[in-house]
Amino acid sequence: MNFPLSYLQGVSAEFPWSYLVFLIIGFGFGFTLEMSGFGNSKKLAAQFYFTDLTVLKVMFTAIVVGMVLIFSAVGLGVLDYNLVWVNLTYLSSGLLGGIIMGVGFIIGGFCPGTSVVSASTGKIDGMIFLLGGFFGAFLFGETEQYFTNWYNNSGYYGRVTLMDFFNLPTGWVVLLVVLMALFMFWGGEQLERIFGKRNLAVEPKWRYVAAGVLVLFAVFVIFLGTPSNEAKYSKVSLPRTVEEEQLKFSADEMLKNGFVQISPAELFKTMNDDKLVLTIIDVRPEAEYNLFHINRSINMPANELSGHLKELLSRTDPNVVNVLVSNQDQLATTAWKYLVAESVPNLYILQGGINNWISVFGETDPEIVLAGTTIESEDALQYIFPAALGDRYECADPSPIEFENIEFAPVIQLQIKRDKSGGGCG
Amino acid sequence: MTTQTNNKAGFWAALFNRPTKDYVHPYFGGIILGIVLFLSIFFTGNGLGASGAVSRIDAWLVDLVAPQHVDQNSYLLKMAGGDKNPLDDWILPVFLGSILGGFSSGLFNGRVKLETNKGPNISNQTRWTMAFIGGAIFVYGARMARGCTSGQALTGGATLSAGSWALMMMIFAGAYAVAYFVRKLWL
Repeated sequence: MNFPLSYLQGVSAEFPWSYLVFLIIGFGFGFTLEMSGFGNSKKLAAQFYFTDLTVLKVMFTAIVVGMVLIFSAVGLGVLDYNLVWVNLTYLSSGLLGGIIMGVGFIIGGFCPGTSVVSASTGKIDGMIFLLGGFFGAFLFGETEQYFTNWYNNSGYYGRVTLMDFFNLPTGWVVLLVVLMALFMFWGGEQLERIFGKRNLAVEPKWRYVAAGVLVLFAVFVIFLGTPSNEAKYSKVSLPRTVEEEQLKFSADEMLKNGFVQISPAELFKTMNDDKLVLTIIDVRPEAEYNLFHINRSINMPANELSGHLKELLSRTDPNVVNVLVSNQDQLATTAWKYLVAESVPNLYILQGGINNWISVFGETDPEIVLAGTTIESEDALQYIFPAALGDRYECADPSPIEFENIEFAPVIQLQIKRDKSGGGCG
Repeated sequence: MTTQTNNKAGFWAALFNRPTKDYVHPYFGGIILGIVLFLSIFFTGNGLGASGAVSRIDAWLVDLVAPQHVDQNSYLLKMAGGDKNPLDDWILPVFLGSILGGFSSGLFNGRVKLETNKGPNISNQTRWTMAFIGGAIFVYGARMARGCTSGQALTGGATLSAGSWALMMMIFAGAYAVAYFVRKLWL
């Protein structure tokens, strides 16, 4: 689970050669598009008159080849799918934008990527398409404000995959997509024969071998399955700066060294820090959450965390901090182990949980009483509450003025796992 | 001296007048493109893209001309607000790289040539006008859909994003729906 490489998930001056890596990727992209004939608008447009289906063949071959390789690597446990950018689903704007793109495609004869290679090989229509593209981007920037709510919210489902949509295991979806693509290639060749008067007998025979290899790959992905949470946990390696030195630690070492346990005081200060997007995740059962919880914390009972995983992985802000809360440390630590294996970024545990929180901020609250000796287990609430008032107890939201000078040893170190606003074209 | 100049001219002439080769077989091109896509995702977690660079360059231009306008526009603000540099993003080196890559392949295969590809029944001017209009429409749609054929269809297709697959179908649907009415441009 070492890929994708954390220092290559974007460009930064810290790793100057990251620019070079992306330059090389772009070079490969442009080179392949050109050699496939995508610099020629006539060849691209022919797709829509059934005479030459190069667009369909190249695109879907690339998609299925990329897909089987990606999911083989995921199945083998070397690539972390949760860190791979999966385009978020904004259904309404996606569908309408898709239709608009299609119209632009047939009128202009290109898509942005193909117009780039066309322009770079001296095709004037490609250069003008690209120029028009700049104008289109400008228009969108100027008009987005009139439908910004629709654009950002309508049909938003977050990170949804075809596996979620069909409710099938990854390998089977991969196989179905491969079979669908092969069927489309067969259909496309028939169309070329009928509309393009092409003699299929001269087509190379190796394409049958390639099709067979693709199917075998898909079966291999089914056979591999997806790595379990435990398998991922054992491979977790988190960066941590200790005395100005960048070090890597396993998940268990992070827990043991206290790199993820933050004090109530630090959580309190983080709650009042505008620069961070803080999510306090209360992993206790709903009944205990209703009894008392920290202000603005959300309830995700530990046994239901898998259902909230998409939500936690969909958030694209680089400054998200997640803090897990239980009565003591136990349940929150279990939840931490689960979520850290699933690559949820910037995860912390409230040290000593709710009990510790109240001992710091709720000492003077007359309504909350220490239970004394009646505590059943280590991970139980040590306080007795007169009513299930949730966050309406005074110490659920301590006064920033009263506790302004509270002191603590800071533990939180932001690790930017993903700084993205919308994929390659975003 | 003269021979040297001749040689030089000969070198450039030879470079730009290489015999034009055929395009590779579409399935072969697709396999190579798929491998490039996989390597990109495997090492960086990001796929391929193009229109993102167009909109970032656009945001950069607007920021040059009217920085206060950027700060009032939530869409541009995300890319170029304050002292953010919209060009400092991985998509820009990919964009530059694809220009170089396309040019190299074109040069190698003898296809770098100043020309306009169009249907036989329209003038160059008509083709250019339509290319501009089509480009504007396409990128407007690409911004709305948060990605184009490369960033959404190709990348989202291979990573099995449900939204990308729906969007990909719509690109084909949109183009096929209009193709008949603009057939004069191409046939």
